[in-house]
Amino acid sequence: MQSPSGPQSANILPSETPRTAQARAVDQIAALPFWLIIVLLLGVFLVYQFSTNETYVTALTRIINGISTTLFVAVVSYALAILIGLFAGLGRVSKNPIIFNLATFYVQIIRGVPILVQLLYWAFVIVPLAIVPVNGLGAWLSPVLGGGNFLMNLQSRDIDFASRCILALAFAYGGFEAETFRAGIESIGKGQMEAARSLGMTYTQAMRFVILPQAIRRVLPPLGNDLIAMLKDSSLVSALGVRDMTQEARLYAAASFRYIETYSSLAFLYLSLTLILSGFTRWIETRWKQL
Amino acid sequence: MNNAIVRIEEVHKHFGSVHALRGVSTHVNKGEVLVVIGPSGCGKSTLLRSINGLETIDGGRVVVDGNVIDSKHRNINAVRAEVGMVFQQFNLFPHLTVLENLTLAQTQVRKRDKKASQEIAHDLLRKVRIPEKANSYPAQLSGGQQQRVAIARALAMNPKVMLFDEPTSALDPEMINEVLDVMLDLANEGMTMLVVSHEMGFARNAASRVVFMEAGQIVAEGPPRDMFDNPDNERMRQFLSKILH
Repeated sequence: MQSPSGPQSANILPSETPRTAQARAVDQIAALPFWLIIVLLLGVFLVYQFSTNETYVTALTRIINGISTTLFVAVVSYALAILIGLFAGLGRVSKNPIIFNLATFYVQIIRGVPILVQLLYWAFVIVPLAIVPVNGLGAWLSPVLGGGNFLMNLQSRDIDFASRCILALAFAYGGFEAETFRAGIESIGKGQMEAARSLGMTYTQAMRFVILPQAIRRVLPPLGNDLIAMLKDSSLVSALGVRDMTQEARLYAAASFRYIETYSSLAFLYLSLTLILSGFTRWIETRWKQL
Repeated sequence: MNNAIVRIEEVHKHFGSVHALRGVSTHVNKGEVLVVIGPSGCGKSTLLRSINGLETIDGGRVVVDGNVIDSKHRNINAVRAEVGMVFQQFNLFPHLTVLENLTLAQTQVRKRDKKASQEIAHDLLRKVRIPEKANSYPAQLSGGQQQRVAIARALAMNPKVMLFDEPTSALDPEMINEVLDVMLDLANEGMTMLVVSHEMGFARNAASRVVFMEAGQIVAEGPPRDMFDNPDNERMRQFLSKILH
């Protein structure tokens, strides 16, 4: 944690009256990170419970079964979202009207629909609908892949809900990342593009070697925030029965009626993960920020 | 006229309702140094930027080394590689070292291998008198040093003509000469140059021809001696009296 700047500036000048010195002391106390103290106390309380209270231990062991699913869904969705966002962001700054409109259509649609609704839509609308053309493609390719190939026989139920959720989260977050990348690209002065182009580089070369390396470094903080947000939003997959930490907690609480212990443990686990992640993103930012 | 590398014929350019270039015609011969002067907003920079297609023109023709530059030009990148450009704001790539600034376009556009392009880069850094800065980042250099790197970066492509867009206007006064010296060296080596500048001393020493522009038109043109010592154009006289004190 960063230390507040208050205490360091306490070199009291001799001319100062006692009244201002007192006011300064009040300021110093007010500047203390009380919120952190409370967080630490809560943490100590929960850790104490985890080591002594049988119910907490059972709840925690149960929820931890879902941690790999939570992390897998969050990391894979995030990686896909960055990829989708990068291309959509490039589309948003494109001068080609078709590419620009396609990218803008995607971004505007995706950002206006709640993520939970998008999860339901992917799971129950898009994936079942997409099966038909995929089967058709398999039939068309049967001379190459052989009759009865994988694509031809693919059924809606072959695609598990975790995969559908990953697709939904990836496209949902891709819309936000697209705007982040667009903002980053537009923040680089147009002189950079002009310099690159006047050396004979193509638009693509200038983007790849000159604009994007600078833009990405500039948007690392918001990208890091979104990784943390993705970890938290991955809990939405529990609505579709995917057994992440939240779903495990819901199942355990429903069976045991131990709501306080279960959901306190769940919140504690998410908070620990997000704190670790924010430390990780800060480390990446300081490493890459050499400009 | 036949060995003109750059030919500008009746060029027009509008920015919205502003008629920035109003039928400008001139040319730059091989080995010639053309210096364009004039009050700000007269269209000097626009003219320069239309030569490598950074500005598209609305009428007339720009021909560089036999290639017509227009918005539909299919091979604009090949033409740009032959035309070096130096900007007022340097526009070095801040995330790359000086050496990488000089080698990027060589490897990507000229398809030279890494070693050859680095050798060329080191030679050019010696030429612009900062060989020791190869591994520095642009932010670690002074303005004058950055502009010299920018000149070296453009030269690394072996351009047939160099364009300078007010190369010393963003510099502190004590750094102007180090850049002008490099430009003077280039002029003496026979580089074809088109320079937009307010540096009358440079124009007098290096220019083969001086062009005076005003309100989107060329109003006077001639060798520097005639232009500066006994200008026959009234507007040119007024302009000179303002800047030469």
